[in-house]
Amino acid sequence: MNTVADSFWLAVRLIVDADAALWHIVGLSLRVSGTACVLGTCAGLLLGTWLAVARFRGLGVLVWGLNTLLALPSVVVGLLVYLLLSRAGPLGPLGILFTPTAMVIAQSILVVPLIAALSRRLVLDALRDGGDQLHSMGASPLLAGAILLLHGRFAVLTILLTAFGRAIAEVGAVMIVGGNVDGVTRVMTTAIALETSKGDLPLALALGIVLLGVVGVVNLAVCAVQARSPLARDALV
Amino acid sequence: MSPPLLVLADASVRFGAVEALCGVNLSLHRGERLALVGANGSGKTTLLRLLHGLVPCSSGARVMQGHGATPTVAMLFQRPFVLSLSVRQNLWVALWLRGLPRAERAARATDALRRVGLEGLAGRPARDLSGGQQQRLALAQAWALRPDLLLLDEPTASLDPSAKREIESLIEAIADEGVTLVMSTHNLGQAKRLAHRVVYLEAGRLVLDLPVAEFFNNALPPVASQFLKGELPWI
Repeated sequence: MNTVADSFWLAVRLIVDADAALWHIVGLSLRVSGTACVLGTCAGLLLGTWLAVARFRGLGVLVWGLNTLLALPSVVVGLLVYLLLSRAGPLGPLGILFTPTAMVIAQSILVVPLIAALSRRLVLDALRDGGDQLHSMGASPLLAGAILLLHGRFAVLTILLTAFGRAIAEVGAVMIVGGNVDGVTRVMTTAIALETSKGDLPLALALGIVLLGVVGVVNLAVCAVQARSPLARDALV
Repeated sequence: MSPPLLVLADASVRFGAVEALCGVNLSLHRGERLALVGANGSGKTTLLRLLHGLVPCSSGARVMQGHGATPTVAMLFQRPFVLSLSVRQNLWVALWLRGLPRAERAARATDALRRVGLEGLAGRPARDLSGGQQQRLALAQAWALRPDLLLLDEPTASLDPSAKREIESLIEAIADEGVTLVMSTHNLGQAKRLAHRVVYLEAGRLVLDLPVAEFFNNALPPVASQFLKGELPWI
């Protein structure tokens, strides 16, 4: 119990004292996961919408593969990206292993299946209600899908929050491709892993509390955006 | 007589093993008002979707003939789908999808909202509208497109009597502008009031195609006659 209480007060002190090292770690975490989510959103929404409207032989296998990738372990993503970016790998000459860019790539790969699978389901369900009407107005299948994403934008926002949560909370991929270099690639999750291995449990827990707090603030910001829209009443219930 | 706007020649539609429409022959001329009647599952909605081009013919042909330009077709669904946007934005999307320039979109949206009496609700979320108001919004979307052919799938099926009357008078107003109407309905009074011609469908086949007076006054084949009396047994 003491450890938890100590951790809580330590977390509060770190925040109140505006600990420079902490804020650097928080800033890098937000930058890496935020960028990964933006890239993953572009690819994931496009892929999900296309899979919802496309009709071709083998579509079922592709969807099965995508849904399987929902359980993709972050360490496997880290390993694959490591193999790609290591000196001997095909992208080795870029020299971006153990940089934030490599971490962004790994986290983008991690969130694409999540965004694609959930947005595909969202578009499929909406197509059942409004697909015929949109097609009757002249929308192509992909355009109808895009309009239905706009229609379900608050659900899309929830999907993106889930993806952001997955990205910022993962440790395996960023540890492998980032290397947890102090001041360069150390993010909150890798810092927690390091402090735990060093036996500094209160600091590790305090970082965990800060991590949850950061995600909570992002959630609050999204809720505030929704609450300001008169069209979002359903989304908040 | 001018050439027909749309012709179905021996048109059939199959969904897998199910034949939803079988060998339908139908001509539609400009300004005509056609009511499709028949029991549930007789193929009315499929015929409307075929007339629009939302489903292809599995055999036979669907031919549209315009005077130069391709005729514009709009369709009103039984349960209109409104986007989680404002009333005006819903209209704007419909016009944008037809590729109309921005200035024309604004003018047409304002005009259509005024005609259906929703101008005061233009900024309201469309999903907050009542069923009758949503159907009026759907009519506004169709009206704003200035269609040559308007297809209506049981447009008043789930509305209360006063909303039904409102929608009927709007349909009448659209038809008075020379728009060709095809409407499926279970409401025979509505068919009598709005249509010039009645088509009776049974199990995907077009059984009767008669002027409205003949359909309601003459001796009909037994099944159609039973349908009129509301005595069609459950199949």
